[in-house]
Amino acid sequence: MSVVLQTTPDSSTTAVTMPVLRLRGITKVYRMGSVDVHALRGVSLDVYRGEMVAIMGPSGSGKSTLMNIIGCLDQPTSGSYQLDGAEVSQLADDELAKVRNQRIGFVFQSFNLLPRLPALRQVELPLIYASTNHRRTRATTALELVGLTDRMHHRPTELSGGQQQRVAIARALVNQPSLILADEPTGALDTRTSLEIIGIFQRLNREHGITVVFVTHEHDIAEHTRRTILLRDGQIVADSPVANPREVEG
Amino acid sequence: MNIGESFRVAFQALSANRLRSALTMLGIIIGVGAVIGLTAVGRGAQLAVTQQIQSMGTNLLFVRPGFTQQGGIRSAAGSAPTLSIEDGEAIAREIMGVTAVVPETGSFAQVIAQGQNVNTRVTGTNDQYPDVRNHRVADGEFFTQQEFESRSSVVVLGANVARTLFGDVSPVGQTVSISQGARRLSFRVIGVMAAKGGTGFGNQDDVVFVPLTTLQQRLFRQQARGGQQLVGTLNVQIAEESETDRVVQDIGDLLRSRHRVAQDDFTIQSQEDILETAGQVTGIMTILLGAIAGISLLVGGIGIMNIMLVSVTERTREIGIRKAVGARRRDILMQFLIESLVVSAVGGLVGIVLGVGIAQALGQVSLNGQALRTVVTFDSVLLACVVSAAIGVFFGIYPASRAARLHPIEALRYE
Repeated sequence: MSVVLQTTPDSSTTAVTMPVLRLRGITKVYRMGSVDVHALRGVSLDVYRGEMVAIMGPSGSGKSTLMNIIGCLDQPTSGSYQLDGAEVSQLADDELAKVRNQRIGFVFQSFNLLPRLPALRQVELPLIYASTNHRRTRATTALELVGLTDRMHHRPTELSGGQQQRVAIARALVNQPSLILADEPTGALDTRTSLEIIGIFQRLNREHGITVVFVTHEHDIAEHTRRTILLRDGQIVADSPVANPREVEG
Repeated sequence: MNIGESFRVAFQALSANRLRSALTMLGIIIGVGAVIGLTAVGRGAQLAVTQQIQSMGTNLLFVRPGFTQQGGIRSAAGSAPTLSIEDGEAIAREIMGVTAVVPETGSFAQVIAQGQNVNTRVTGTNDQYPDVRNHRVADGEFFTQQEFESRSSVVVLGANVARTLFGDVSPVGQTVSISQGARRLSFRVIGVMAAKGGTGFGNQDDVVFVPLTTLQQRLFRQQARGGQQLVGTLNVQIAEESETDRVVQDIGDLLRSRHRVAQDDFTIQSQEDILETAGQVTGIMTILLGAIAGISLLVGGIGIMNIMLVSVTERTREIGIRKAVGARRRDILMQFLIESLVVSAVGGLVGIVLGVGIAQALGQVSLNGQALRTVVTFDSVLLACVVSAAIGVFFGIYPASRAARLHPIEALRYE
């Protein structure tokens, strides 16, 4: 396991002083026709190593925009965004691609797996773009972490929704990112499978100290995290620890 | 992402849509095949013409009468009654490097034998004609110098004439009549020429040969004028091809002084001149054929671009996913560029095989009893390779750069 994850619970406690994410006064303005839409109006936020956070909010609150900016898929109109202490808000396209590749792991609601590729190749994909060696070994290890060793050579069409999402999680963590960003990861799954998936995130967070940021509107998920951030009209209106996080027995 | 991985992705994408990939390739296959096949036909024609001109003999110069100018009116080149047998003898005698001069003149006449008759060209020449013009006697023999000087009534038949008049029977020893106007003379057949086939300038087997002296003094008397015996062509054979320019110069000087003219009343054409002219004609034909085929190659390229654009749109989401996990613009660009390159390169290779096949098949076809020659040249294959690869890159670059420029969020949202 140490091949994949150098971050152990021990080291995460010492790194608590340095935030993985540091957002300061992030704004985002879209132009829709002749109207300016202020999606984010000054968001400041720190997320520390080893945290498990849920960003919540009704639709139109700007949480998708925030998640795109945190995920380096989009850039803020103004404000500062430091990822692992490095400013990323002004990076060029290809540098952003590198950040996405090395420091961020995405898990999407609709899984977003490539059609026709077997699970192992899906997980190898970030390693291919990183030109890493030992791709097969590392991809296999990542699939072991999500408990899919027996489905490595199956294509997405041969996998259930839960299994597909586990492939996506393995793909997200294979490059040892600084954080995993999950956008409504259980939105397309039934309740039981949703719990399974949340259990996997909890285990990765608990046992391997992986920082996880959920973007969701489901309270169910938020109750399983340790901190909930509430977004409304492009601003953070609440940021509170979860008193008694629910644990999924895994 | 390395190149090997890009190729792997390209092959995966192509094999996922086999029928579409194959149809896209077909455009290139047909284009490349047509270019190779048609240029092979053009080159074959070029080679055939060249060989036929060379089969007229080696190191030849053709001296022909020029035009006359009377009161400012020019007659056609070749029509001036200026060139004589004596001119030919003078050239052979006085100019260094000339090995033989064969005078040649002729006119059409009716040749009659055994109730058959044929209208053919009666050519008067001397005994050196078979050597100089590289035209062998197949049966019997050509007339000798003695027969030439004694104005013998002997005739050597061209292969076609012999077949028309005598069928499969050997005509040697038979008698034929040559009829010109009211005149009708009997000739003894002493030989039959080997078949040589047609050129672009008429069939070389549709002819009969008689001694020039006989022709001028007994058959077509009007051609002897002013005491000089006029000829249509002097075939001058020279020893060294490298001396062509000097010999042309010397013949010109000699003829000008003999004819006492300042302006040339003759033309001198070398075999190279004829080759060059013929080469230009067949070269234009080759280019024309190649250009027509090239258009289909262009259409094939546009087909690739079309399919690649569809493919990019179809795979927008895939592009978004790849970008989300860290693909740079360059990676996406390479992926699609290599895909179109693979289509065009594989299409090109298959097209080369097809083109060579077409050339071979056309080589079996015979036109007017003559096999159509086709020559697949290395440069046309090389050109086809380069052009099809270039088409892949050229027509792939726009769709690929469109894919590379997609914004990851929009690409991910695309349904």
